Amino acid sequence: MCLGVPGKVVEIFPESGTRMGIVDFAGIRKQVCLAYLPDIEVGDYTIVHVGFAITRIDEASAQETLRTFRELGLLEEEFGEEARTPEACPSPAAWREPAP
Amino acid sequence: MKYLSEFRDGAAARALAREIRETATQRWPIMEVCGGQTHSIIRNGIDQLLPDAIELIHGPGCPVCVTPLELIDRALAIAARPGVIFCSFGDMLRVPGSAKDLFRVKSEGGDVRVVYSPLDAVALARRHPDREVVFFGIGFETTAPANAMAVHLAKREGLRNFSMLVSHVLVPPAIAAIMSAPRNRVRAFLAAGHVCCVMGFWQYPPLAARHGAPIVVTGFEPLDILEGIRRAVRQLEAGQATVENAYERAVTFDGNRPAQALLEEVFETTDRAWRGIGVIPQSGWRLREAYRDFDAEVRFDVGGIAADESPLCHAGEVLQGNLKPNECPAFGNACTPRTPLGATMVSSEGACAAYHNYGRLHQLQRA
Repeated sequence: MCLGVPGKVVEIFPESGTRMGIVDFAGIRKQVCLAYLPDIEVGDYTIVHVGFAITRIDEASAQETLRTFRELGLLEEEFGEEARTPEACPSPAAWREPAP
Repeated sequence: MKYLSEFRDGAAARALAREIRETATQRWPIMEVCGGQTHSIIRNGIDQLLPDAIELIHGPGCPVCVTPLELIDRALAIAARPGVIFCSFGDMLRVPGSAKDLFRVKSEGGDVRVVYSPLDAVALARRHPDREVVFFGIGFETTAPANAMAVHLAKREGLRNFSMLVSHVLVPPAIAAIMSAPRNRVRAFLAAGHVCCVMGFWQYPPLAARHGAPIVVTGFEPLDILEGIRRAVRQLEAGQATVENAYERAVTFDGNRPAQALLEEVFETTDRAWRGIGVIPQSGWRLREAYRDFDAEVRFDVGGIAADESPLCHAGEVLQGNLKPNECPAFGNACTPRTPLGATMVSSEGACAAYHNYGRLHQLQRA
């Protein structure tokens, strides 16, 4: 339940006076409340818990964690069917770094 | 089973485990507070990678597991009412109440819906002004800012048909209660990383000093957990009891101050009963007077519902670290994820579910 998923802020907009945004989690995009990170900007990475951005994180750490989540199927656990849709989310092989 | 540490971070994990083995000169029981960390430990076989000197005791950091039975029964009573849309995180639906669970209420015609975020429940309240929308607001400090914002927005927008059944619990009072328990064996804590994203770790130095226990803020990945253990063991061996941050990429000392400000506005601390453990003083949050109109227990007058636990279930002993899940007589026979006696067998963060799902059906033979 305290699962936090890292993602990249791709859009920020107000909604009924609250700071909201779209966060991209390795291809899955969700609307997220950004009210608790008033300084976060488009392109920054954050950890999201139940639809709320709770802290910033650097890009390298975010990518590393997302890779682990993908391997363990945790994105599916968190986001359900959406994470299994091929269009919304490329297969692990497609977004893993190429082998050296 | 193929563990993550075997195919990716194997070398780094083994190096950390080796350093822990070389550092530990005696037996050190260490508690990971968070159920998410428990699952990571069991799923990745971290406990099996560690030397016998390090015993991981699984803590009560599973909000679904510690939500009291009577509160589940109150949720069931509210969810069964006509006109109510009862919203919850998915984990809660199969947690057994005294007679049934939320799934059963749903199958009997109750409008029970799983939401991803409490804001989804607020949106439902906007769309259905003729219905009472109730959100089951459980969780630790990680989830509390989301729930606080939902109530705050409902009040600001005048959504009189939204309310929350609040069962918030707090980590620092739980650590204090565990350390003060007569049977306590825990010598150090891995503090839950995402709780600390919100709250920082300014609350912990007095706890570490008072109880003489190192507290290491720890993340969720295998290497994070091994690093947290390594630092805890190093402190224990040196006779230190300070607070360290091993999850620096996400956690600062102050935490998220805007979130803490709204928590302070919406919630106040209260005595809270933890399922299987009992009442821990000042260990929870409830809605402040200014938000009391949004308290589902008040709105639906269900405060009088009381309940008794199954005598077969030892979840309380598991949650306090006195019993490993597979040491419970009911584990794997009377109690399975399909027929759970206690919430610890249901939740994705419950220690019993972790042991069952990852094949720890038999008690581990340890030296």
